[in-house]
Amino acid sequence: MPLYHTDDQAMLADTVTGFMASEGAIKPQLRHWRDIGCPDGFGHALWKQFAEMGLTGMLAGEADGGLGMGHVEAGIVLAEIGRNLTPSPFLTTAVMGVTALSGGSDDLKGRYLPGIIAGETVLAMAIDEGGKHRPERIALKAEKAGNGFRLSGAKDFVVYGASADALIVAARTSGSDSDADGITLFAVPRGAGGLSHDSQRLVDSSMASHVHFDGVELDGDAVIGDIDDGRALLQKVLLAGRAGAAAELTGVAAGAFDMTTAYLKTRKQFGKLIGEFQALQHRAAHLYSEIEIATAAAIKAQQLLDGGSDKADLMVSVAKAKAGRACNLAVREGVQMHGGVGMTDEYDIGLYMKRDRALAEFMGDPYYHAERVARLSGY
Amino acid sequence: MSEIEQFRAGIRAWLEANCPAEMREPVKDENDVCWGGRHFVFKSLAQKAWLEACAAKGYTVPDWPEAYGGAGMSPAQAKVWREEMGRIGARMPLSSFGIWMLGPALLKFGTEEQKVHYLNPIARGEIRWCQGYSEPGSGSDLVSLQTFGEDMGDHWSVSGQKVWTSYADKADWIFCLVRTDKANKYQGISFLLFDMETPGVTTRPIKLISGNSPFCETFFDNVAVPKHQIVGALNRGWDVAKYLLGHEREMISGAGNADRLTTIGATMARTVGLDDPLLRADLALFDVDALAFSAMGEKFLDEVKVGRGNPAQPNMMKYAGTELNKRRHELLMAAGGSRALEWDSEETAGGAAARGWLRTKANSIEGGTSEVMLNVIAKRILDLPGA
Repeated sequence: MPLYHTDDQAMLADTVTGFMASEGAIKPQLRHWRDIGCPDGFGHALWKQFAEMGLTGMLAGEADGGLGMGHVEAGIVLAEIGRNLTPSPFLTTAVMGVTALSGGSDDLKGRYLPGIIAGETVLAMAIDEGGKHRPERIALKAEKAGNGFRLSGAKDFVVYGASADALIVAARTSGSDSDADGITLFAVPRGAGGLSHDSQRLVDSSMASHVHFDGVELDGDAVIGDIDDGRALLQKVLLAGRAGAAAELTGVAAGAFDMTTAYLKTRKQFGKLIGEFQALQHRAAHLYSEIEIATAAAIKAQQLLDGGSDKADLMVSVAKAKAGRACNLAVREGVQMHGGVGMTDEYDIGLYMKRDRALAEFMGDPYYHAERVARLSGY
Repeated sequence: MSEIEQFRAGIRAWLEANCPAEMREPVKDENDVCWGGRHFVFKSLAQKAWLEACAAKGYTVPDWPEAYGGAGMSPAQAKVWREEMGRIGARMPLSSFGIWMLGPALLKFGTEEQKVHYLNPIARGEIRWCQGYSEPGSGSDLVSLQTFGEDMGDHWSVSGQKVWTSYADKADWIFCLVRTDKANKYQGISFLLFDMETPGVTTRPIKLISGNSPFCETFFDNVAVPKHQIVGALNRGWDVAKYLLGHEREMISGAGNADRLTTIGATMARTVGLDDPLLRADLALFDVDALAFSAMGEKFLDEVKVGRGNPAQPNMMKYAGTELNKRRHELLMAAGGSRALEWDSEETAGGAAARGWLRTKANSIEGGTSEVMLNVIAKRILDLPGA
């Protein structure tokens, strides 16, 4: 398979690019929700528009009313979300949430998929415990209680958690905190007794919760997949999330880069356009090269995931690490090359810097993924 | 089975039957590379058999037309060929500037007669080519070159000096940039081909910091070059040269060259051990970049084959690939420790690590420096002002 978009994928990209540039743009979305202090941090109307375009159900199977597309297509949408810094529950709901539900019962799919496909339901991922992404260790307890389970513990960095109709929770049903086995995934509906959110606005204006589970009682039908045997499904969800975040990072990087090269072509100092200075040209050219490479890695990871390759895990970590580092360089160079105005809230370049920081932490930072690459490579 | 999968099965079976076991071992040093040519001495019977088997099927140049010694593969088929070669770790049957540089230029600018005449011996590994570009006073500013060809009616009489001519002392023929009009800078250069055995050609190897001499100084003293040995129009050799440079940069970038793109952390952990967590971390970050760049190489080649992608992209590939390779060898030396410092020992295969490390320092100079690559990216891809 050639490592570029097929004609169908290129057509999808055209459509999504145009749509997002107008509807998902920074002014009507990110700045708007931030400036009015919206507690959701994203727009439900746009989520509905996503549904009308078929995007919310793109990864759901056709038998379930979705489009049966893959991670390459999801990556196209995420790159444009990144380019426009669009606040959206797309990654947690339509990518990670739908991946989780794919391992669940028909009953569970029936409960959530139609709402997702219609753009009415939002899901959030309750995986991390603590300030860094370390899913090898899951401590939140789920004990058998009657016909169901009782959940006790806490989750962090649950993005858009307080606005979600359900949380996908990775919990420990047996064994000790660092065991690979003994993990079970649950779909915890909004408003379950004993569930509380401490919802916080993050540096990039997105909302994320510390979620407390104080003896949250669930029926057995809240279980996704098999009891104690959820590690493989969790891994699938993580891979979808990491590949998606990598795609979004390449979009953030490209957006910051385009904005910066445009500035180099308009800003004058010493009677010249600053883009004429070789010191800046070389840095811009280096940055271009890093973003191109990160983008290739992201698409390669998506293709391997879609093909069910056993190399997907390695390449997904490569993509998340590489896209993270390239995007970080893009936003740092972006602010520096903008000079003083890069420090103002009025200019958008600073918003890219903030988004990069939050996305770097989501689903593991470049250090975490470089470490994974080393381990997967056998050292 | 789809058509392409049938094709894959055929290639797989052919490789199984024809690729000798020895040719599936990784290339250890320069002596393992098969360059072909009139005076080439094969290192082993397996090396010779592998070249001959591939040449007979057109597999040394799988995507060239059959009339010129290739196998006429489509882009998708050529990719399957590369994948199947990679799967068994097969060595390239033939390494050749004729294949990587002159061939693409001839396919684009050559006459039908020239294509048939020059490409077939390249594909069979019979004629080894070298490149006469740089001169003592013309490095990054290549277009200022002075080697002059005086019009003698039925031939040019070429005099001047080239430098950094890779393997000129081992090459049979040269493709050479020669000034044929002193009044025009860009439109006064012609692209000439001639035999290195022509009277008036002498070469002198240059000893490098690695102790090896892969490059030469090449001198021309009234070398007679027949008029039909020009590629492209008179005084329009710069167009051919630039096109060829794109292919040279692609070659130096290492895109598509599995040996150049491999990760190193696991090998170093196995061979020398990694007890330093900071060094291990640096190797892990390198491996991330190496694997990402291998995806870039795949994407780049896929796009080139169907005419997609920015035409100046080889410059980016050259920049990124050579900087990566230099970093790779810095890390190999760091991980190798004092053992890697040995210059002649049998244990180190004659200082292979140290010599290889020093050799890579030329990667970001030869074929256009990294700084020139960045200039070209700024100008032709980013369209920055005044670049």
